[in-house]
Amino acid sequence: MKKNKKDFNLIIVGTGGQGLITLLQILAEAALIEGYEVKTSELHGLSQRGGSVEVHIRFGKEIFSPLVSQGKADLILGLEMQECLKAYYFSNPQTIFLINRYLIPIPLQNPISENEILKTIKKITKNIEIVPAVEICQKELGTNVVAGIYLLSLASFKNLIPLQPKSILKAIKKIIPEKYLELNEKAFNLAKS
Amino acid sequence: MEEVLLNNKSGKKFILLGNEAIVRGALESGVNFVSTYPGTPASEIGNIFFKIGQKAGVYFEFSTNEKVALEASVGAAFSGLKSLVAMKNFGLNVCSDALIPVMYTGIKGSLVLIVAEDVGCWSSAQSEQDSRAYSYLAHIPTLESSNPQECKDFTKLAFEISEKFKIPVMVKTSTRVAHQRAPVQFSNYEVESRKIGRFVKNPKRFVTLPPRVLEMKKELLEKIEKIKEFSEKSQINKGRIPAKADFGIITSGISFLYVMEAEKELNLDLPVLKLGFFYPLPEEKIKKFIKNLKKVLIIEELEPYLEKEVKMLAKEINCKLKVFGKELLSEVGELRPEVVSSAIATIKNKKYQPKVYNLKSSIAKRFPRLCPGCPYWLVISAVKKAVNEKEVIFGGEIGCYMLFGHPPIRLQDYLSCMGSSVGIAHGIKKVSPQKLITFVGDSSFFHAGIPALINTVFNKSNPLIIILNNLTTAMTGHQPHPGAPATPDGIKIEDIVSACGVKNLKVIDPINQEEFTKTVKEFLEKDEVSVIIARRPCIFVKEKYTSGDISRSRSKYEKK
Repeated sequence: MKKNKKDFNLIIVGTGGQGLITLLQILAEAALIEGYEVKTSELHGLSQRGGSVEVHIRFGKEIFSPLVSQGKADLILGLEMQECLKAYYFSNPQTIFLINRYLIPIPLQNPISENEILKTIKKITKNIEIVPAVEICQKELGTNVVAGIYLLSLASFKNLIPLQPKSILKAIKKIIPEKYLELNEKAFNLAKS
Repeated sequence: MEEVLLNNKSGKKFILLGNEAIVRGALESGVNFVSTYPGTPASEIGNIFFKIGQKAGVYFEFSTNEKVALEASVGAAFSGLKSLVAMKNFGLNVCSDALIPVMYTGIKGSLVLIVAEDVGCWSSAQSEQDSRAYSYLAHIPTLESSNPQECKDFTKLAFEISEKFKIPVMVKTSTRVAHQRAPVQFSNYEVESRKIGRFVKNPKRFVTLPPRVLEMKKELLEKIEKIKEFSEKSQINKGRIPAKADFGIITSGISFLYVMEAEKELNLDLPVLKLGFFYPLPEEKIKKFIKNLKKVLIIEELEPYLEKEVKMLAKEINCKLKVFGKELLSEVGELRPEVVSSAIATIKNKKYQPKVYNLKSSIAKRFPRLCPGCPYWLVISAVKKAVNEKEVIFGGEIGCYMLFGHPPIRLQDYLSCMGSSVGIAHGIKKVSPQKLITFVGDSSFFHAGIPALINTVFNKSNPLIIILNNLTTAMTGHQPHPGAPATPDGIKIEDIVSACGVKNLKVIDPINQEEFTKTVKEFLEKDEVSVIIARRPCIFVKEKYTSGDISRSRSKYEKK
């Protein structure tokens, strides 16, 4: 869908501990497999302790900055709904939001409702898709830890990322430790169906 | 990742984090000795050597603090080995006392310092320091890398310079470089067996006693002059000398990547001088670059060090040159690609305005928080039960318990550097009758807390010090420390506290809330310093070590 575009800019938002860095590693590996130049930027340490996390990946013919510029995201992958609101800085009317239907309450704060989040993002872009990834993974695989893998695979199958599903699968096999591989492959296959 | 870093697939590309690329660069250089104290964004360097050191024939240690880590590497380099010491920016403050004289003595083998800045304070409390000031202060040759490939290449170059000129060399990264992932091309590397060093006596070389010390300073400055010639010729300072253009850019580190991105975005082809050396600067190269320009924009994060240098050089060679820098780029926080694009567009009179959407939505800040099940929650609960929070001062420090400052905990009235919670507590208690409880982590206690504790005994003040003993260096990724169970025959904190002359001392597992609360109340009434060691392992340590291992550290201060 976006094969002819020069660079692809992707931002993943969520909270520390949701496995954002693993997703980033998989994407970077898949981009390398497809012969792109690739750069990522991630945060470790303090920000991992359940705080807001935003990681960047850019790939294309020639990539310099590891950070996505303001308003330049092609895709925003949201592992937590409220965190998606913080990604507004990177979005434009063409940006696609692929959002996990999952709310992690912020202490001492009333959660923002799904409707309110949708309404707010719609002010920028109409391309919003909410996927019950946590629910699907819980139901089909008995655990939601692979919700991110499911969502990422889904983005590939739906052509929202210009990386082929087989490259994503190859990258999963390379990055995920052997003992968790089967579960992750199942999540990938679940996204195919 | 460990296997990737040890492979010998010369010429192949692997996706590496900046820190991983530094490890690979050190291995390709034949490093023998690595020491560190963990600190984000440099931690992975130590974590990886901790895992692969033995296999790679490299001695590795987590030292008690950065000064000790540097000194260890200095000792190895005095003995002819190739040494590397890694730290975050504040580590350079801690080790500066050792660094400055070592620049005078020089070394015999080679010594490379990796220093990771945290521009924007992504994982630091304390400050947003620009460590380039140390390049001047210590006269240490300094290279700045901008991506993982350069992390590897510059580490190797640093070893070469260090070996050639017998001088320590610093390679600087930042969060966006150290935690940037990109393909890196490998060069040849063969695992070598562990190397033995030999210290050859040479007091003229390694003893900084006056009057010899002043001669040594002269020798150091002469070395720097020679390295400057090297810097002038070095390919890591690269740029096209502008033929006709009247506007050019001088930049370094991560900012260079934003400049390249801006050129693409604004469809410009500008002369850009990218400096790999910060110190000593290739002044002649810079002069050639600015000679025929009308305007130059200096793009650097934090302090305007390069800008000042260029302004001085312009006086010599092109006094009409307009030097732009900090009037367009903030001295606070990180640069971003759009900020750099905007600055360049301003000078070029080009339009560049990313559309800003004002969402006017109340997005609450999601503070990082202590893990569910963290033993610190038990300490917080006991302390809150014991005292009226409004009437007690709470000292904070660097570690997971920094998060005591966030809601809903809010048990933190001051926060500074490692070891300072106890030092400052003493000063407050000397002048104020207010009650004071200060928290210090186990790794921080070993790092810089012990001298401060001794001071409370020696100079007689009575804060209540709660040592949060979770048996690991948790915040930076669970590295061992001298009192952790992963360390054979770990040193018992209570033995140290007791040896310092502290009489009011108890080791309590905070699961015993009643006892903890009672002890806090009781100790707050004491006229002398008191210490509670709150011992309960971090939940991640618990997974690794059975309770049998932990019980090894029980002692006479603990209730049987």
